[in-house]
Amino acid sequence: MQILEGQDVTKYFGGLAAVSHIDFHVDQGEIVGLIGPNGAGKTTLFNLISAALPLKSGEIRFKGEKLNGLKPHQICQMGVARTFQETKIFANMPVFQNVLVGASFGTPTRMSSADAAREATQALEFVGLSAIGATPAKDLTLVNQKRTEVARALATKPELLLLDELMAGLNATEISEAMELVTRIRDKGITIFMVEHVMKAIMGVCERIMVLHHGEKIAEGTPQEIAANKTVIEVYLGEETHAGS
Amino acid sequence: MDITTFTSKRFFIPGLLLLILICLATVPLYGSRSDLFVLTIILMYIILTVGWAMFSGSTGYMSLATAAFLGIGIYTSAFLFSKEWALLPLPAVIVIGGLVSFILALLVGLVTLRLKGIYFAIFTFGLVVLIRQLLVFWELQIIGIRGQHVIPVSGETVYYVMLGIAVATLLAVYFIRRSKLGLAMQSIGGNEEAAAHMGINTTMVKVIAFAISAFFMGAAGAIMGPSWIYVDPTVAFDIFYSFMPVLMAVFGGMGQLYGPVVGAAVFAYTERALRLQFSYYYMLAFGIILIIVILYLPGGLVGLIPKLWDRRNRLRGLISKLWKGGKAEQRANT
Repeated sequence: MQILEGQDVTKYFGGLAAVSHIDFHVDQGEIVGLIGPNGAGKTTLFNLISAALPLKSGEIRFKGEKLNGLKPHQICQMGVARTFQETKIFANMPVFQNVLVGASFGTPTRMSSADAAREATQALEFVGLSAIGATPAKDLTLVNQKRTEVARALATKPELLLLDELMAGLNATEISEAMELVTRIRDKGITIFMVEHVMKAIMGVCERIMVLHHGEKIAEGTPQEIAANKTVIEVYLGEETHAGS
Repeated sequence: MDITTFTSKRFFIPGLLLLILICLATVPLYGSRSDLFVLTIILMYIILTVGWAMFSGSTGYMSLATAAFLGIGIYTSAFLFSKEWALLPLPAVIVIGGLVSFILALLVGLVTLRLKGIYFAIFTFGLVVLIRQLLVFWELQIIGIRGQHVIPVSGETVYYVMLGIAVATLLAVYFIRRSKLGLAMQSIGGNEEAAAHMGINTTMVKVIAFAISAFFMGAAGAIMGPSWIYVDPTVAFDIFYSFMPVLMAVFGGMGQLYGPVVGAAVFAYTERALRLQFSYYYMLAFGIILIIVILYLPGGLVGLIPKLWDRRNRLRGLISKLWKGGKAEQRANT
C-alpha cells in the first residue's frame, strides 16, 4: 500500500526549478532513500511534504488524503514527522522537554499529560538518551542533537518519518549506530523516507532509492540497480569510479 | 537530603510568599500615602513586566505594545468611569479594560504575529503611536475636548485593586508556565519552525499568549485612570511604558518567574529613590547599572543567586578540605 504519493510536484525559487514535475511514492513499511548532488532538491521535496514550503503545483497525498494547503502542525498530527538537516532542537529546554513537545502536541489523538510524559520517556529510551534527559539541549554533541530530533519525531507517534541527512557530520561508529536505529524504527512499523549523503548508509539500509538531479528524478530502483545505473554514476557518483568500489 | 530539610523547603516558599502578601495587604494600616503610591506604581510595573516576559520572554517576540494595552485600560476607565459618560462599578471597569486590551491583542496578533523579529517590534511600537494619535485626533477634532476626567477613588482602593491584579497576574503566569501553553510558547522561542513541525499551531499559541498578557496590562491601566484623575492620550499612551518592562525584565532575569518581579520591584524602587536624590543624574546612573547587568549578568539579577550559591558551596568544600587536610597533617606529625 502506498502511504505517501506525489504527482507532478513542482517548486520554483524565482526562475529556478528546485523540484520539477516529480512523481514519487513510498510504500508502507519501506525504507526509501533519496539521494542526489547538493542542490538537487532533496530537502526542498521534504519541505514540500511537511509544508515547511507551500505546495502550489502538483499534489502530495498521505494515506490517500491530500496534503496541499495544510499547515505543518496538521501534517505532523496526521502522522508525518520529520527531522532537519541543520538540527533544529529547542536549545532553551532540557532534552526531555524537547521530546515532550512532540508527545504533547504532535500525536494524532490528544493524550493526557501523564501519557505524553510516558510516550516521551519511551522515545528517549528508544534512541538511547534516557541518561541525559535533564541536560540542557544546547549542551548536546551533534550526534545527540540528532538523536533528540529523532526521539522528538518518534514521540509524535508517526506512521511516516522523514529523516533529512541524519548521518551528516557523524563519525563511522555513530553512522553504524544510526543505521541500526533506522532499521529499528522501521521494525516498529514506521515507514522511513530518508535523504542521505553517506553512501554506505543509504546502500546498507534502503530497500529502494530515488535519485534527484537539478530538481528532476533521474533514477529509481534497488541499491544494486542504482549502483549500476549509468546516468547516476555520471551525475552523482562520478564518471570514473564505480559505486561500491 | 533528609526529611526535615525536604519539608522545610516545601513549606518555605509558600510560607514566604504568604508572609509577603500579608505585609503588602497591611501596608495601608501603617504606611504613609506616599508609601502607598510608590507601592502602587511598583505593583503596576510588576504586572506589566511579568505580563511582558510571559509572552516576549518565552516566545522571543519582542513586543513594544505594552503602553498600548496599558493606555487602552486607562482610556476604558476614562470612558466608563467618568461623569460625562457612564458610570459602571469599578470591578466591571477593570474587567472591561482588560477585555478590550485582550480583544485588541487578538486582532493585532492575528495580523502581525506572522512578522518576525525586528518587524514585529516595530509594528507594536507603531501601534502605541497610532492609537495615541487617533485619540488625539478624536479629542481635538471631533469632541473638541483635550483629555478626560476620571472619577477619583481613594489611594487605598487603587492600591488594593492593583495588588489584586498583580496576584492574579502572577498566579496566571505561574500556571501558564507549567501548562501545555507554556511548553508550546517555550518551544516557539527555541525554534519556531521545529515547533510547527511538532504539531503546534504556532499562530494560535502566539496570539492567545499575547492576548492573555494584554488582559492584565489593560486591567492595570483601568485602575491607573482613577488614580490619575485626569488623563490625556500623551500621558496614557506614553511609549516609556513599553520600554520599561523590557528593561526591568532583562534587569531581573527572564529564566524564572520571580526574575521579572524582582527586576520590576528593584528597578521601580531605585528609580524613585535616585530621581529624588539625584534628579539630574538618575537616568545616567540607570544607564550604567543596566549596561553592567547586560554585560556581566546575562541571567539578570536573579541569575546571581545560583552563582553565589555555587561559590558558597565551593568555598565550604574548600574549607572542609583544608580542615581535613590540616587534621591529617597534624596526625601525621604526631
